[in-house]
Amino acid sequence: MNDGTRQNPPQDASENRIQRLKRIELQRYAPLFALLLLGTISALLSPYFLQVQNLVNIFRQVSYTGIIALGMTLVIISGGIDLSVGSAAAFVGALAILTVNTPAVQAFGAGTAVFLACVVAVGAGFFAGAVNGLLITKGRIAPFIVTLGTMALFRSLTLYMGNAGEFSSRNALFGDFAAGSFLLLPVPVWVFLILAALLNILLNDTKYGRHLCAVGGNEKVALYSAIDVDRIRFFAYAINGAMVGISSALLASRFNAVSSSNTGLGFELDAIAAVIIGGTAMTGGRGTVWGTVVGAVTLGVINNMLNMVGISPYLQGTVKGLVIIAAVYIQRQKN
Amino acid sequence: MDDGFLEMRGICKSFSSVPVLRDIDLSLRRGEILGVIGENGAGKSTLMKILGGIHQPTSGEIRSRGQRVCFRTPAEARSGGISLIPQEFNLVKDLCVYDNVFLGAELHGPLGMLSKKRMQRRTAELLAELGTDISPTERIANLSAAQKQLVEIAKALAFEAELLIMDEPTTVLTSHEVQILFRLMRRLKERGMSIIYISHKLKEIKAICDRVLILRDGEFVCEKPTAEMSLEEMASRMVGRELSQIFPPKRLPRPDQVPALEVRNLSVRGLLRNVSFSLAPGEVLGFGGLVGAGRTEVAETIMGLRRADEGEILLSGTPLKVRFPEDAVRAGVSYLSEDRQGSGILTGFSVTENVTLVSLGSYVRSLLGGSGSFFGLLDKSRERRSASHYRDLFNIRAPSLDARLEFLSGGNQQKVSMAKSLDTHPRVLVADEPTRGIDVSAKQEMYRFIADLAESGVSCIVISSEQEELLGLCHRVVVMRDGRIAGVLEGASLTEEEIMFHATGIREEAKAG
Repeated sequence: MNDGTRQNPPQDASENRIQRLKRIELQRYAPLFALLLLGTISALLSPYFLQVQNLVNIFRQVSYTGIIALGMTLVIISGGIDLSVGSAAAFVGALAILTVNTPAVQAFGAGTAVFLACVVAVGAGFFAGAVNGLLITKGRIAPFIVTLGTMALFRSLTLYMGNAGEFSSRNALFGDFAAGSFLLLPVPVWVFLILAALLNILLNDTKYGRHLCAVGGNEKVALYSAIDVDRIRFFAYAINGAMVGISSALLASRFNAVSSSNTGLGFELDAIAAVIIGGTAMTGGRGTVWGTVVGAVTLGVINNMLNMVGISPYLQGTVKGLVIIAAVYIQRQKN
Repeated sequence: MDDGFLEMRGICKSFSSVPVLRDIDLSLRRGEILGVIGENGAGKSTLMKILGGIHQPTSGEIRSRGQRVCFRTPAEARSGGISLIPQEFNLVKDLCVYDNVFLGAELHGPLGMLSKKRMQRRTAELLAELGTDISPTERIANLSAAQKQLVEIAKALAFEAELLIMDEPTTVLTSHEVQILFRLMRRLKERGMSIIYISHKLKEIKAICDRVLILRDGEFVCEKPTAEMSLEEMASRMVGRELSQIFPPKRLPRPDQVPALEVRNLSVRGLLRNVSFSLAPGEVLGFGGLVGAGRTEVAETIMGLRRADEGEILLSGTPLKVRFPEDAVRAGVSYLSEDRQGSGILTGFSVTENVTLVSLGSYVRSLLGGSGSFFGLLDKSRERRSASHYRDLFNIRAPSLDARLEFLSGGNQQKVSMAKSLDTHPRVLVADEPTRGIDVSAKQEMYRFIADLAESGVSCIVISSEQEELLGLCHRVVVMRDGRIAGVLEGASLTEEEIMFHATGIREEAKAG
């Protein structure tokens, strides 16, 4: 160290960076690998698992909460959460059935009545989401609190309207429209996949989707980048509400009825779980729609597997809870 | 080195196999101030975090008075006599001064209750030793940056620290406060305290440090007494090449045209009073003044991030109504934020996504005639072309355009932030502290971009706390104080002294007296 200077051979740091980027790519597909692994295990446990009818059933079962999970993906990417989806589903479903039972509506004919009921469901869902969105953006109240409040509110209104009983449709067609199949797949599955494709485009290929990620990533940066933060967040809740409406219409059709106390119970858990398992960051800012689809199917496969090996249905909640916590824990480790 | 109070030998550190430090040696005597300098990403902060117990070295050893030590947590480093004052202070802003001084080592009474009186008394003693009259029961949120720093130092003294590590302590201080800090550092040094001082400001290193250690790209460059090194030598050793002229030559703005931007009597309650100025096309107008004088607030008001209570903004002679930032951007005004991480860039977004964040509307393919609507699709290949254009123009070094910004150095992040502000093709650019926290060579490049922009007819406002920057880059300088314009300097009156006089109010007092 006579002149206080030393030379070291230069090293290529960029190569290491590329390796690091590759590892992140692998992490992105982790949910898919988990699902494939789970599927393999299920197939080994029961030969029945891989039968077409069973797989179709799994898809149909997950499509209702899956559709809600698609909207929830947007909400969670925006940095928020929506706990009211289950209650809103019951509320909106009840309105749809009340619509289809109204004599004035039935006078248009059964088909038109069903169509109007669906429009009411989607419209009311959008409205319910808009209420959440307004309270969160204009009222500056934390999403958790607002949707906890509306969760109680929508359920209570539904119980009141139905006297804690059931809303049954008096229109036979209403019970049919979502029961059919098209090219092997039940209608709800088609709706789920088509909505997933649409929201995937919305998230990845539109200005709205990019701005949504920006708002969830860092609200202040978004504000300073001339993004209308309130508008972006508002629409995340409103779109989620519309998704609840679509899901609710399909669900009401399946049973041709809505139970004011049971319909939609625990949907928020399933929807949030699907989003988280699908790799969307709970902190907001990034996520994928296809990940949510994988997450929803994963939950369905878990349920199916538990049923097949004869584990009590009461324990399914335990498994679901553990899976959510594990998924978030793994996300933590990644960062 | 028989007097070796602290020694680090052969320190290497890698983060997920990316080496950030290679074989670094450092030695420190008692009562010595060691300066550590280097460009962004040189590894200074990492080296200090190893000393502070936040990171563990991948290899190498630390010896304290000849004993090998190993700090696995900040608490262990603290009990080893090492206190680290990070750039962003480590204080709980809702707690009182004394709570913070004793945070994590509270004094207890016999029943396990906090003995607040004893802690307050001890805090008062420590603060008095530091020559300040901050009340121990004051809430941190009510303190200035300089006062918070004193609280951090008091905290170090409370733990009987023998080594104080200060990471960029002067970025948030006014030059007067810097002088007070230096006096305090010299007193601590006389009492036998060793200090490691990290800074980008070479003049300060020269003024306060006994020796200086220079790092570059995670490697040791040299270590010498500061007396034996000139500022130029430090700068070129840091960068690894001779620095030519730092500032590009100034080109004259085009006079006698309609001002590109004119602000008349802008007032925001409690922040700005009657701010008026105008900006010619192609002019670079500097904004000087102390931190908190209202410079950023002027920019934020023009951008629609704050509501003006009074006043008018004219853009090329046309009144500009801004209610939202979008209005300002659409009218051709762009803002480069002073707080890169906090409000400038998205670290989780790629280079491309950051560059087009503000201008995204112009990349929407209009399908149904409407643009910027929900279902217009983004033209991603055009986005990439834009990003690649700015990468070449600004010499942005990134693994790829898809790399997230968290993998880029501060200087490159700043260039991306600049590209983001320019991609809206503004007529007026407001650059707030455009070179804060970036290294010398990136600074030089920033200066060139701003000069080139002005040359091409874009008017620029440069808000800066670095006086050399104002002098070297700007045609005229507006100096602000307490939310008002204290003076506009140009030509022969544009000197560091004049800026300081106006910023501190000495000039006005002289006039009055």
